[in-house]
Amino acid sequence: MLTKRIVPCLDIKDGRTVKGVNFVDLRDAGDPVELAEIYANEGADELVFLDITATEQKRRTLAELVMHVAEKVNIPFTVGGGISSVEDVDLLLNSGADKVSINSSAVKNPQLINDLAAKFGSQCVVVAIDAKQIDGEWMVHLVGGKVPTDIKLFEWAKEVEERGAGEILFTSMNHDGTKNGFANKALAHLSDLVNIPIIASGGAGNMQHFADTFIDGKADAALAASVFHFKEIEIVDLKKELKKKNIPVRL
Amino acid sequence: MKIVIINYGAGNIQSIKFAIKRLGYEAVLTDNEEEIRNADKVIFPGVGEASSAMEKLKHTGLDKVIPTLKQPVLGICLGMQLMCKYCEEGNTNGLNIFDVDVIKFDGSEKVPQIGWNQIENLKSDLFKGIKEKEYMYLVHSFYVTLNEETIATTNYGIKYASALKEKNFYGVQFHPEKSSKAGAQILQNFLEL
Repeated sequence: MLTKRIVPCLDIKDGRTVKGVNFVDLRDAGDPVELAEIYANEGADELVFLDITATEQKRRTLAELVMHVAEKVNIPFTVGGGISSVEDVDLLLNSGADKVSINSSAVKNPQLINDLAAKFGSQCVVVAIDAKQIDGEWMVHLVGGKVPTDIKLFEWAKEVEERGAGEILFTSMNHDGTKNGFANKALAHLSDLVNIPIIASGGAGNMQHFADTFIDGKADAALAASVFHFKEIEIVDLKKELKKKNIPVRL
Repeated sequence: MKIVIINYGAGNIQSIKFAIKRLGYEAVLTDNEEEIRNADKVIFPGVGEASSAMEKLKHTGLDKVIPTLKQPVLGICLGMQLMCKYCEEGNTNGLNIFDVDVIKFDGSEKVPQIGWNQIENLKSDLFKGIKEKEYMYLVHSFYVTLNEETIATTNYGIKYASALKEKNFYGVQFHPEKSSKAGAQILQNFLEL
């Protein structure tokens, strides 16, 4: 049986792991390669590296870091942040990344999704969507959630699937950093709407939140950062707890 | 031991190279026929789309080389699929090493399948020390139907072949290089065949 995935996210700035509250006020939580190895050994199913400064600063790649991670880590990982071209992706995949995640660049140039899927296959194309619920409507935001757009989350999700995305990483700006749980209603709707895996992001605070997002939110994977970085939740404990609730996990 | 990874411009080759390095071996990337024929073990990777990958193999003549190899050959993911008779993806014939077709998941489950799933009904030295229902990392939209060459099965809506063996040829749908310690064990087993 395919298991639900637990995905620690390492936000990277200047080669170090950071995690902010609502994407502001960054704190330093360590060396990414070392952290990645620890998570892999503790039972993480996958890792995501997001260079959160990349979009603003137009910094292109994390190729060197990716190479170091690929050398040490024996589980799959996704890299995102400032990726805007087929050449960017080629370099990252050749450096050892399994998947790339694109966000603002996909909104600005949706054809990029088609191009990446055609050249590298849908399986390595994750489209990350940051959205905020405003007056009841989920709206897509850019640049780490700072810039609003007039694009509706559910319409955009459908479009990225049709263009060849292999997965959607959905972050709720209303929930991110709050530790009050994931945006399960929106997640469940997304999961019913598209037939590609959905990674839930934003709001993890305790173990029950993960169980809720897998059951109520119908998520295929759940991503979190600070609860793992600051040892508030140990991955192995989380997986045991999920197993007790009959949620399929790899233990 | 001389290990080669067939380089034809389709695949996450770096990860396989690093996985082999973690086991204490060095692998050489090559598309050179002589170098491939002289190797003790050959790894045939692949990520991406089947018909364009097949075109690349034809372009380099590797489509004629691979089926005639005598040493143990391990196809991974798309590599395994290309070793089959026919791939629905891009409507292309494969290398016809395994007498079986590769078809698309019908969509009753999410496609692609992405994540950790179990391998069972294990039948080969490739799985020495691997327990039934061990978890492996898989990413794919097309699958190999069950046949007599099946040495492992996985369930995803339907039961399909997640590993194949015919003479010196092995194929795995999952990514041993990305499947934690159990994956490393399978790679080690292959290198020790």
